[in-house]
Amino acid sequence: MDYFLDDDQKMIVELARKFAHEKIKPVREHYDETEEFPWPIMEELAKLDLCGIFVPQEYGGLGKTIFETVLLVEELSKVDGGIALTLAATGLGTFPIMLYGTEEQKKKYLPDIAKGKKQVSFAITEANSGSDVASMQTIAKKEGDYYILNGTKCFITSAGDSEIYTVVAMTDKTRGSRGASIFILEKGMEGFTFGKKEKKMGIRASSTRELVFNNCKVPRENLLGKEGQGFIIAMKTLDISRPGVASQALGIAAGALEDAVEYSRQRKQFGNPISSLQAIQHILADMATQVEAARALVYATAKMVAADMKTRHTRECAMSKLFASDVAMKVTVDAVQVYGGYGYMREYPMEKRMRDAKITQIYEGTNQVLRNEIAAALIKENLQKSSS
Amino acid sequence: MNIIVCIKQVPATTNVQIDDKTCTLKREGVESIINPFDEYAVEEGVRLKEKLGGKVTVISMGPPQAESALRETLSRGADEAVLVTDRAFAGADTLATSYTLAMAIRTVGQFDLIICGKQASDGDTAQVGPGIAEALDIAHVSYVRKIEQTTNKLDNPADNCMRVERMMEDGYDIVEVPLPALITVVKDINTPRLPSLKGMMAAKKAQIPHWNAEKINADKSRIGLSGSPTWVKKIFYPPPRKGGDMLSGEPQELAKKLVDKLRELKVI
Repeated sequence: MDYFLDDDQKMIVELARKFAHEKIKPVREHYDETEEFPWPIMEELAKLDLCGIFVPQEYGGLGKTIFETVLLVEELSKVDGGIALTLAATGLGTFPIMLYGTEEQKKKYLPDIAKGKKQVSFAITEANSGSDVASMQTIAKKEGDYYILNGTKCFITSAGDSEIYTVVAMTDKTRGSRGASIFILEKGMEGFTFGKKEKKMGIRASSTRELVFNNCKVPRENLLGKEGQGFIIAMKTLDISRPGVASQALGIAAGALEDAVEYSRQRKQFGNPISSLQAIQHILADMATQVEAARALVYATAKMVAADMKTRHTRECAMSKLFASDVAMKVTVDAVQVYGGYGYMREYPMEKRMRDAKITQIYEGTNQVLRNEIAAALIKENLQKSSS
Repeated sequence: MNIIVCIKQVPATTNVQIDDKTCTLKREGVESIINPFDEYAVEEGVRLKEKLGGKVTVISMGPPQAESALRETLSRGADEAVLVTDRAFAGADTLATSYTLAMAIRTVGQFDLIICGKQASDGDTAQVGPGIAEALDIAHVSYVRKIEQTTNKLDNPADNCMRVERMMEDGYDIVEVPLPALITVVKDINTPRLPSLKGMMAAKKAQIPHWNAEKINADKSRIGLSGSPTWVKKIFYPPPRKGGDMLSGEPQELAKKLVDKLRELKVI
């Protein structure tokens, strides 16, 4: 399908593809096995200016939109969804600063992010507060020129490896979700430490740790937006970043499809390549159709978000993440099937894709919560129609 | 340090078809790339510039479409690019090409070092690099695998020199060469970088000047087909090697068969 990309977009895709094949492909198995953080890869990505493409030009980025970010994440994810995640997670952590940061905050943090010198993590989730965000336990208490944070965040992507953290904490527990605020934290702040590194099923090149706040002193100027705006900032951030997760899922699926077609032409059984068997052909045809449908939805959503960052596109963003991640799961399972026994072996890249795909149905809003959001939007829309 | 890198655009495959009539390569329909050896030359130039300061100018002689190869070098860190292009250059052999590039380099002006790939993947002659050095009357070292040391002082340019490792079949030589000089490089010298996104975007917009024979003050009798003493008379694929005869049997019997065969062929 031709999506009529402009010259810059084509360049981003071409460069990302080259980079993924030349630099990531040879080491993806290593990072999956060792669960090391892919610093050398991130440094190279930075050199190619691929880290902060979404950061505005006045802060040293390329000033590209969510759509270009989606193209980039898709291309990297075709080869390794785990490594691509580090880049996407930095986007997620950076959007609150881009959306609600003061000029001073932007000047302080965005240039290093744009240069790829610093990674960013976004922290909402807690051990007992997943989809139910309002039940958050981390508290931020104002004391003079500081907020004192206490609590623990869990499953935080790139935690420990990032330098910058955008953290949601309750400034007024009595007000529920309206009592949440967001703070910018830096690694090394007093009272801010990390828990153990999680061992995961997939995306193992990406690091996941706890953030532990023990009377952590955060300067007042590190509050993002106003007190009580935390929840709305977080929701807006997630809306914008969902096409990013969707593109990670899309890339994983598209990479699985590319490899499966290639493999089916090489693998001979009964004297012919298995691509000549209709049983295989139909699997490939279904995979391709689903991948293309996911791509069309993800691209359309990303363009919509890119065109208007002010308005929330909750429903479309939820749909693209929900659909693309379900496609990623189905397509990678099928791709393993096309590879047969080899697909199950860790020497081949397929079982990894299946493990990587699973998380895309879970994080940044489980697909079940996203269905709730989509349904709520539908009902609200209908209510407005019938009452007007 | 002012560095000039000479590159050539070549067909992307090593399996090019030959036109029997004109004895030239059939380039139609084949994707063009920077000669792979020249990529190492560009990378080494950019690395030297990053270390020592200065400027990298890339020159290519070729048809107008060779501009895309030059643009790519700009995206990988070269500062300027010049395309030397004129119908009058067509049909040049290595001598005429060397002369043409040398005249273009003179037109660029001051330089400390010229870097070329060791050879082009289409013609495989490895003559143009040294040929340029001769035309400019400067020293050259071919097959450089490492630049060990560079002395480049502005106050005393006569002392400027470079120590390099020249790859040989059985090891390497350490050669010291006064600057300005020309080196040709082998692939062991570095790993070329990928272009940066900002580099690609800037390269897309860059103006690449086209210089013709007049611009570089070329002597008409020394360029193109008429300036080329080398004429390709015939071009052909070497015949495939035939399989040898296999003898079988007991050792004594085998020895006899072998001697008979050698006598028959008048080898002994």
